[in-house]
Amino acid sequence: MTVIGLRLARPGAIASRRSLRVLEHDLLVFRRGWYSYVLSGMSQPFLYLVAMGIGLGLYVNRNGSLPGGVPYLDYIAPALLVTQAMMAAAFESAWPIMGKIHWDKTYHAALNTPLGALDLLAGDLMWVAFRATLLSVLFLAVIVVLGAAASPLVVFAVPIAVLTALAFAAPIMAFTATQTGDGGFNALFRFGITPLFLFSGTFFPIEKLPLWLQPLAWITPLYHGVAAARSLSIGQVDPVGLSIHVAALAAVALVGLWAARITFRRRLVV
Amino acid sequence: MPETTVPATQPLIHARALTKCFGSFTAVNGIDFDVAPGEAFGFLGPNGAGKTSTMRMIGTVSPVTSGELTVFGLDPAQHGARIRARLGVVPQADTLDSELSVLENLLIFGRYFDLSWAESRRRATELLEFVQLTERAGDKVEPLSGGMKRRLVIARSLINEPSLLLLDEPTTGLDPQARHLVWDRLYRLKQRGVTLCLTTHYMDEAEQLCDRLVVMDQARIVAEGSPRQLIDKYVTREVLELRFRRNDDETDDSAHLDGRLEGLAERIEQLPDRVLVYTADGEAAAATAYERGLRPASVLVRRSSLEDVFLRLTGRSLVD
Repeated sequence: MTVIGLRLARPGAIASRRSLRVLEHDLLVFRRGWYSYVLSGMSQPFLYLVAMGIGLGLYVNRNGSLPGGVPYLDYIAPALLVTQAMMAAAFESAWPIMGKIHWDKTYHAALNTPLGALDLLAGDLMWVAFRATLLSVLFLAVIVVLGAAASPLVVFAVPIAVLTALAFAAPIMAFTATQTGDGGFNALFRFGITPLFLFSGTFFPIEKLPLWLQPLAWITPLYHGVAAARSLSIGQVDPVGLSIHVAALAAVALVGLWAARITFRRRLVV
Repeated sequence: MPETTVPATQPLIHARALTKCFGSFTAVNGIDFDVAPGEAFGFLGPNGAGKTSTMRMIGTVSPVTSGELTVFGLDPAQHGARIRARLGVVPQADTLDSELSVLENLLIFGRYFDLSWAESRRRATELLEFVQLTERAGDKVEPLSGGMKRRLVIARSLINEPSLLLLDEPTTGLDPQARHLVWDRLYRLKQRGVTLCLTTHYMDEAEQLCDRLVVMDQARIVAEGSPRQLIDKYVTREVLELRFRRNDDETDDSAHLDGRLEGLAERIEQLPDRVLVYTADGEAAAATAYERGLRPASVLVRRSSLEDVFLRLTGRSLVD
């Protein structure tokens, strides 16, 4: 704890160890309803994997058309693991943050304590990472039970999912801090998150997309998260490809963090 | 944490030419004031006078545009977190956490101030007792009444045992009973030596709580003193209020005073609904008015208040 504290308190670090107090706040809220998080964290993947992986997979597998002859269940399981983390991160960075900034103004209350705007940002990003970790571990358990992973490397799909979550959370939090209502979120989810969910190589290879759409998939963070997690899960790891995916995710997360630092300060320090 | 001890002679808050601008709008325009340790200091003024902007600068959550400001002898721009560690803040909006219980709202604030969970719980329990909310400890915040929420916010502001408490309109929107309960608690804190700094647009609140106050209007300080000093300086001891019957043609008899109040009082203020006669002896003035043939619909003699001071200084009433 002290070591982490010292490191984070250094000038230039993203925030002081006070941001851990913000995480504590979120965990206090979580403690009240942890069972609902766990329940939905288990039931969602189970339903998706059974319906699509096993049900739909019967037809997909008959043609044996997936690259490397991978069973459809194995193909979508790691992708859905990452997607679920993304969805949770996107949600947590939109409405709840809006509440803290604008509706309930609990951020403003916290700013009257030694906490600063960047502590709030860092603390709530840690909460997103925590929630993504929890969801992904539960999803991983379902994958293992259903035998949907060929390689033990699938455990590393969890950190990939958490990194993907942060690559969404940071830029969305940056966006949220510029909003005064939730109108923008509807557009964000309708035209951003949902198309990504469908077209980032989650359910079919992006090579099947029209040629002009493929570069678009390349620049979306979800594509990189899905591709990285899948390569680990099916045991076909290309170290160079994996490095590129991780670097792309980290880059988006860092750019998002940089933007969020600016918009949080601008919104909360006036 | 090393504390800078403020010598008894040094003010807790010190402001010179303090200014806050939002773009081209000037919210606070070069104000000077000092708050001494143990004092109850008030900012009295209508909405939009610059009270909240001033409080937010003192609370180090709003950067100073120009001028000088120190709190506990420290510069807010440099030592914001250190200053806030010793401040209690009751903001205008309750900003309570609806996802947490009454007790948890206090506990997590204790953690924000780096208290251990055990210490935070000890203080939270004590504070709930102090604001008479012990029975509601496990409840959610939402169903609480306005007065209870206000008391909870006061309890929350005390979790770090602050030596300076900033209160932005602590009783606005509360019913009279709830207001008196809040006043009583603030008075007890003052007795314990906590320095209070508050804003209000209620003159009775300022009279009840403040040792000294400044009157703010349009981003500036227009007067300073104790409530009594301000009243003595700007108005008379008593005020005679005369209301006149409204005529069918929408004029009232006050339009036909014809100078019959002349020489009766030091000053006469004609408001839309009544005439205020400032005089040392209200009863005598009322009798004279009657002798001169005036027949007001109602006559009231009262002690003058800060409301009258404000009217005198700005030509407008405090609460519109």
